[in-house]
Amino acid sequence: MSRARVVLALGDDVSTDQIYPGRYMATVLPTETPQYAFADHDAFNARLKSGGVPLGSVIVAGRNFGCGSSREQAVSALKGHELVIVAKSFARIFLQNAINLGLKLVEAPDVVAAEGDDLAIGVSELTNLASGRRCGIRPLPAARQAVMDAGGLIPYTRQRLLAGKGARA
Amino acid sequence: MSMTVVQKILARATGRRVVAVGDVVEPAVDLAMSHENAALVINQFLEVYRDTGLEAKPWDPSRIAIIFDHRVPAESPKTATNQKKVREFVAAQGIAKFHDIRGDEGGICHQVLPENGYVRPGQVVVGTDSHTTSHGALGAFAFGIGATEMASVWALGRAMNIEVPATIKVEVTGALSDPVTPKDLVLQLVGRLGSGGAAFHVLEFHGEAIEAMSTSGRLTLCNMSVEAGATSGIVPADDETLRYLREEAGVADDLDIMTPEADAPYARVVELDATSLEPQVACPHTVDNVRPVSSVAGTRVHQIVIGSCTNGRLDDIALAARILKGKKVARGTRMIVFPASGRIYQQAVAAGYVTDLMRAGAVVMNSGCGPCLGVHQGALGDGEVALSTTNRNFRGRMGNPASEVYLCSPAVAAASAVTGVITDPRNGGAA
Repeated sequence: MSRARVVLALGDDVSTDQIYPGRYMATVLPTETPQYAFADHDAFNARLKSGGVPLGSVIVAGRNFGCGSSREQAVSALKGHELVIVAKSFARIFLQNAINLGLKLVEAPDVVAAEGDDLAIGVSELTNLASGRRCGIRPLPAARQAVMDAGGLIPYTRQRLLAGKGARA
Repeated sequence: MSMTVVQKILARATGRRVVAVGDVVEPAVDLAMSHENAALVINQFLEVYRDTGLEAKPWDPSRIAIIFDHRVPAESPKTATNQKKVREFVAAQGIAKFHDIRGDEGGICHQVLPENGYVRPGQVVVGTDSHTTSHGALGAFAFGIGATEMASVWALGRAMNIEVPATIKVEVTGALSDPVTPKDLVLQLVGRLGSGGAAFHVLEFHGEAIEAMSTSGRLTLCNMSVEAGATSGIVPADDETLRYLREEAGVADDLDIMTPEADAPYARVVELDATSLEPQVACPHTVDNVRPVSSVAGTRVHQIVIGSCTNGRLDDIALAARILKGKKVARGTRMIVFPASGRIYQQAVAAGYVTDLMRAGAVVMNSGCGPCLGVHQGALGDGEVALSTTNRNFRGRMGNPASEVYLCSPAVAAASAVTGVITDPRNGGAA
């Protein structure tokens, strides 16, 4: 069980253009992308850059979070601030990129939370401590468990290479 | 057990007789495409090999394609340096399917791949671009992945831990009547399904209207399948696919045509009627906010955009030129056109379309992605409205969160350029 505060509450269909605008796509290094997280959301971006958002803080959103582009910067920018994303659902490529890079996602189809609420996040259930409301957590795709267990896709691929299996003959 | 076309492709790519929906598979990748983000793929690829004692070499350079299109010619020293780094990697690894910034063989990745015959029916195609779904138009299973996932593909030659997706069958009856286009059809479909309505599913297209549709139109349908959240769109290969590959893409090899089995298991069936379809417009700020053009006609437009991987092919440009020939782009409205590839640009010049469009007042840019995603040229001012044949209208998509983007077909865009307001192309140019 972890406890964290909601620092930003958003609606449905938060696109990768909102998370990481296309004009910053020439910046690729995970050490450099976090400065542009939610770059067009001036107030939140300023809070992130000023260190006003503690590590492990939560962004809560509606359905289809991360829709749009495959740009991995949208994940590395959030990962750089160690944010946790709680959403009703995630877009496929964003979900896979997040698992590959180790960004923490929580899929909670019935979540209701506002900025400033504290959430207690368990394995199968989430409690909004401000309202007392509980909701279920949907497990991430089992197909990706091995990648999560390895700590991301780079270590997983490295393991597969060293084990000599997986690479095509 | 009966299989959809994507199940059959994944069975082939995993050396199995059958695969079922939900099975976790590691399909062999036939084609692995990246654009400028190859710079990030290279970083991640080298990271995979760090401290392993193994030499960092891609599994099969002949199956890797790299096309520069997002910021061409480079808009900044940073981009130019990334592109330089990719060129060096391409040369060191002997990657032949490399398309640099050139007027003869360059262009947008989702056009360059089909027109060079790199994509074949039955293939597994992955790309570090969400619109990789486009290549389903040729009967391939094609989907977008991130840069780290591509690094893993370069190392292992397989896509790791893929869940066999369920398929939604899209049955399109009737016939599209000019100037209603495949773009109107896919906008209506995205509006019907919703932005996440096809999430983790494949959209498999069937019906009279699909059979009669050119590969260009099918590319538009599959391209925008991702806007309903689909993993992929696919048109099972048929005579038109063969015609395109033989006549336009110069493919002489044997082709493996894969079609779904008659009683394939579809998650659901969605039916659309092409005959009664009106031109459609996706309104700000989501692609599923779709309305008939008549309900938004008269909306003031500051910039018309025709181009992109969605609608920058020769038939799109021809349609726009036909509507604009001898007319003028309205004062107070600017129009930019960017063909999907150098080859298409040359064809549009030879056919006189470029002259028709320029005489009308349009600016015809080089091929590339820039304006569509707000990275390079065509930026909008505060409070301005764009009407565009591209694929996304998210807030800030064209580079300015204080602007609005409407999406439409080339016919709606061209008719609206003449009036300066959103216009039904069936009304002979009157709003």
